[in-house]
Amino acid sequence: MTTSDGLLAATIRDESGRLVTALYRRFGDFDVAEEAVQGAVVEALTQWRRDGTPRRPGAWLMTAAQRNALDLLRARGRQARATERLAGPPGDAPPFAGGALHDADDRLPLLFACCHPALAPDARLALTLRAVIGLTTPQIARAFLVNEQTLAQRIVRAKRKIVAARIELKVPDDLDERLADVLAVVYLAYNEAFVSSTGSTHDRDLGADAAWLSELVARSLPERAEAWGLAALLRIQHGRAAARFTATGDLVLLRDQDRSLWDGTAIKRAGEHLERAASLRSPGRYQLQAAIAMCHAEAPSWEGTDWLQIVTLYGVLIREDPSPVVRLNGAIALAQLGPRQAAVALADLDTLEPQLAGYHLWHAARAELLRLNGRDDGAEAADRRALELTSNDAERRLIQTRLRRHPLTDGS
Amino acid sequence: MKYVLMFTHDPAQLAGVSEEETQAVYGKVYAWFQENGAVFADTGAELQSIETATTVKHGGVVVDGPFNEAKEVVGGFSVIDVPDMDAAIALVKTWPQLTLPGVAVEIRPMVEDYSQFE
Repeated sequence: MTTSDGLLAATIRDESGRLVTALYRRFGDFDVAEEAVQGAVVEALTQWRRDGTPRRPGAWLMTAAQRNALDLLRARGRQARATERLAGPPGDAPPFAGGALHDADDRLPLLFACCHPALAPDARLALTLRAVIGLTTPQIARAFLVNEQTLAQRIVRAKRKIVAARIELKVPDDLDERLADVLAVVYLAYNEAFVSSTGSTHDRDLGADAAWLSELVARSLPERAEAWGLAALLRIQHGRAAARFTATGDLVLLRDQDRSLWDGTAIKRAGEHLERAASLRSPGRYQLQAAIAMCHAEAPSWEGTDWLQIVTLYGVLIREDPSPVVRLNGAIALAQLGPRQAAVALADLDTLEPQLAGYHLWHAARAELLRLNGRDDGAEAADRRALELTSNDAERRLIQTRLRRHPLTDGS
Repeated sequence: MKYVLMFTHDPAQLAGVSEEETQAVYGKVYAWFQENGAVFADTGAELQSIETATTVKHGGVVVDGPFNEAKEVVGGFSVIDVPDMDAAIALVKTWPQLTLPGVAVEIRPMVEDYSQFE
């Protein structure tokens, strides 16, 4: 990514949600507002690369988006109505339903609308990425390896529902319940980007976008512990991203990562978020995951990791979120404590078979624990099964490498 | 904004509920209609297409999509007039029968602005 592309991405991320909100307030049509901003983003992507960044990028985007909105309204034959609205006093625009939270970031109502439970879960993610942080449909499709046309349809349907069913852009009264939906979408945005990223060049750093969004939510709702927990988690994960891939795009496991590549500033900031979350005394799954990630981030090496602390945190996390994937990760941590615990961990893992037999990482984890327990023959079969099930190139290469080098190197 | 509420239930699941509990809920239902009388509008509505449906399920869980499994049946309709979808969901969540298993209420916006079809 070039510097100018980086600046472009950051400007779009900062401005697009604001612009959608502003245009919606002005024209009273969510679909027009979102479409107009999306058009401006696409124009910026080509023009700024060709002509350089304008002196006032935010104003440039606003002008382009406004012109697009008027064009769209004209094309849809609704210009008369919009013009009437524009002619009236500013108070005629739809009320900006921020309510008591008027100090909060003005992108928050938009985010809550995009993550509304009345929208299909996969549409919530796509719409959030487009309307709130200004990703284009092709960018989303590339990042999540989905068909562009299907994705475009999904977004159109979601927008139609927002308009037809009157889902307002506002911070809801049942904040706690709805915040969980928002945090789930932001987490998914990071996680999907993390999983599908193959180290190849993207024109947007989606991990950075998701971490930024998590901090925006936390700053806007500073009394919500889980919002800070998620912000901490994503900041740590992203802070370690540079060590996850080799120059050739191969995955590097945590134990083999060059820890000097980790971003100390990001990890420090994550620590502050985590302290802030802890001070609110309302523990939850994001905070616990962040605490586990922080143990890794502060460890000098894989061997020098405080595994006991991590296993303890997993115990609490599993009570909070007993999903099979969390239990899988808990078992891997437990196995690091010693041979006796490695045997228990393998037994734990085997109880997850009914739920995870189709999940490549279950087989990969099982291969690892079988090796730790001295059962190399079973390990190779498990690795082969993982290889069959993975759809990710980087993961496939990692497993192939492990199959090739074993039993030459692994004396652990 | 007008929304049609479609009150649905699964007869098989309701069969397991005691007569006593059913009566208690019915008592609350009457009170609910009294309490919320102001938001009820007239009937005879044309509905938006099926993709615009949102369903609130037993326990207050909100999901997208219509409530269309064949084993469940529509027990009745109402039309409400409230500011937006959140207000409709908030009202429906207080529907006393949602405490019973197999009960769900579909919320569907009514077509009010016919210019969208022009």
